Amino acid sequence: MSGRRLGRRLGRRLLLMVPALLVIAALVAFWWWLVVETESAIFPTPWQVVTGALELAQDGTLWEHIGASLFRVGTGFLLAMLVAIPLGLWMGWVSGAYITLNPIFQMLRPISPIAWIPLAILWFGVGDVSPIFLIFISSVFPMIVQTTAGVHTIERRYLRAAANFGVSRAVLFRRVVVPAVLPQIIVGMRIGLGVAWLVVVAAEMIALHSGLGYMIMDSRNAGNRYDLVIAGMIIIGLIGLLLDGATRLLERLKTVRWRYVR
Amino acid sequence: MSAKAKIEITDVRKGFDTDAGRLPVVDGFTLSVGDGEFVAIVGPSGCGKSTLMNIVSGFEKPDSGSVLIDGAPLRGPGPKGIVISQHGSVFPWLTVRENLMFGLNGKGHGDKAALADHYAAVVGLKGFEGSYAHELSGGMLKRVEIARALVVKPEILYMDEPFSALDALMNLHMRTELLRILEEERHTVLLITHDVEEAIYMADRIMVLSPRPTTIQATFHVDMPHPRKLSSPQAQQLREDILRALGL
Repeated sequence: MSGRRLGRRLGRRLLLMVPALLVIAALVAFWWWLVVETESAIFPTPWQVVTGALELAQDGTLWEHIGASLFRVGTGFLLAMLVAIPLGLWMGWVSGAYITLNPIFQMLRPISPIAWIPLAILWFGVGDVSPIFLIFISSVFPMIVQTTAGVHTIERRYLRAAANFGVSRAVLFRRVVVPAVLPQIIVGMRIGLGVAWLVVVAAEMIALHSGLGYMIMDSRNAGNRYDLVIAGMIIIGLIGLLLDGATRLLERLKTVRWRYVR
Repeated sequence: MSAKAKIEITDVRKGFDTDAGRLPVVDGFTLSVGDGEFVAIVGPSGCGKSTLMNIVSGFEKPDSGSVLIDGAPLRGPGPKGIVISQHGSVFPWLTVRENLMFGLNGKGHGDKAALADHYAAVVGLKGFEGSYAHELSGGMLKRVEIARALVVKPEILYMDEPFSALDALMNLHMRTELLRILEEERHTVLLITHDVEEAIYMADRIMVLSPRPTTIQATFHVDMPHPRKLSSPQAQQLREDILRALGL
């Protein structure tokens, strides 16, 4: 691709972002105006939030909190993937497994991960294991459900073609079933990671001594630093956006593009 | 026709259970196809053509009657007879080359990639070996499907309205292409279609089916050399005879 064409494409993308940026700018302006108008002593202006965040970034604590939260999400989510994808494929393929396990998972799925917090503390204490467990619990079910549904919705014509060519079960699974389900697995990963990020912040608010959730609660408790509370919230939002963007990059893989085009 | 039949279908019957009771779909179908013969089966839509094809290719079991391939009872689908259907089944997650190599899972195929590329060239897809399905047109996809079938050297090709999803021009083009390819490698072909002209253009023998429950109600031999001209008086007469047999 020529540099000029790339430049034009980049320009068009930036142009598409303009309306969203304008709305954000308007919201920030409104917030600022509201704080000044009401002469609030506690609620910070946008600028105070920025300086507060910079302060934390400079002394390094912000990065520690972000790192701690990402580590917990990463570990819990990875464990959930290792369990959910094989289990989902198995449940989708073997109807006996589906009939046996699906009711249990359907019952566990609607329980908010927050409800597991007391049990997590009872079982794992207040270290890193509790939030990792909660993230695992929150992201494993959506990924199981998506993977299973993916197997169930494989188009019959592909399975028929595979049967026609007389391939072995191993080849059928590796070359047909898994790639056919992969787009659904990626959707499951997006949902799972989204929930995981929601939950880590909630879990960190309960106990522990690090993480973005802890940072928010600690800022409030230690002297009503609402500038840091809001800074924490915005950072959580931005990181959530980046995580989702990262999983969306998977949708660009050549082998799954077929599901998203048209 | 050769003395020993490639496909021997004897008194096949098949029905489906509905709310109103058993619905007979295929009602005593008997047909013998010789090695290397091109037989077309023409019938009104909904007459049970696809059910018949499923039975002959091994995907469904008949209620009664038998299907013999080379004298042996058919046990199920296999690479000996490849189905090319209307909807297409080119794997969208594999490239053209990978699709063509899909069926080459045993040993003794030599250089699989080279074989795949050879057949891609045969169907006119040279240069597209690395493309994915969503990057190809409908006609190109059909070629991939045909090439994928040919590469495993099947003895029989089962074609279930193979070109009906294509536009009229591409449909005409693919008929000629298919005949050209069959010229090089003589397969036994069973074509199911509702397009009478398609059948006249390609087949050695045309069987006309009755409405459901279906059975053969007329047989026509097409004694015309290729390439055939559909506008010739002989072809026109044949067309009229077949349409009359179909009740039109």
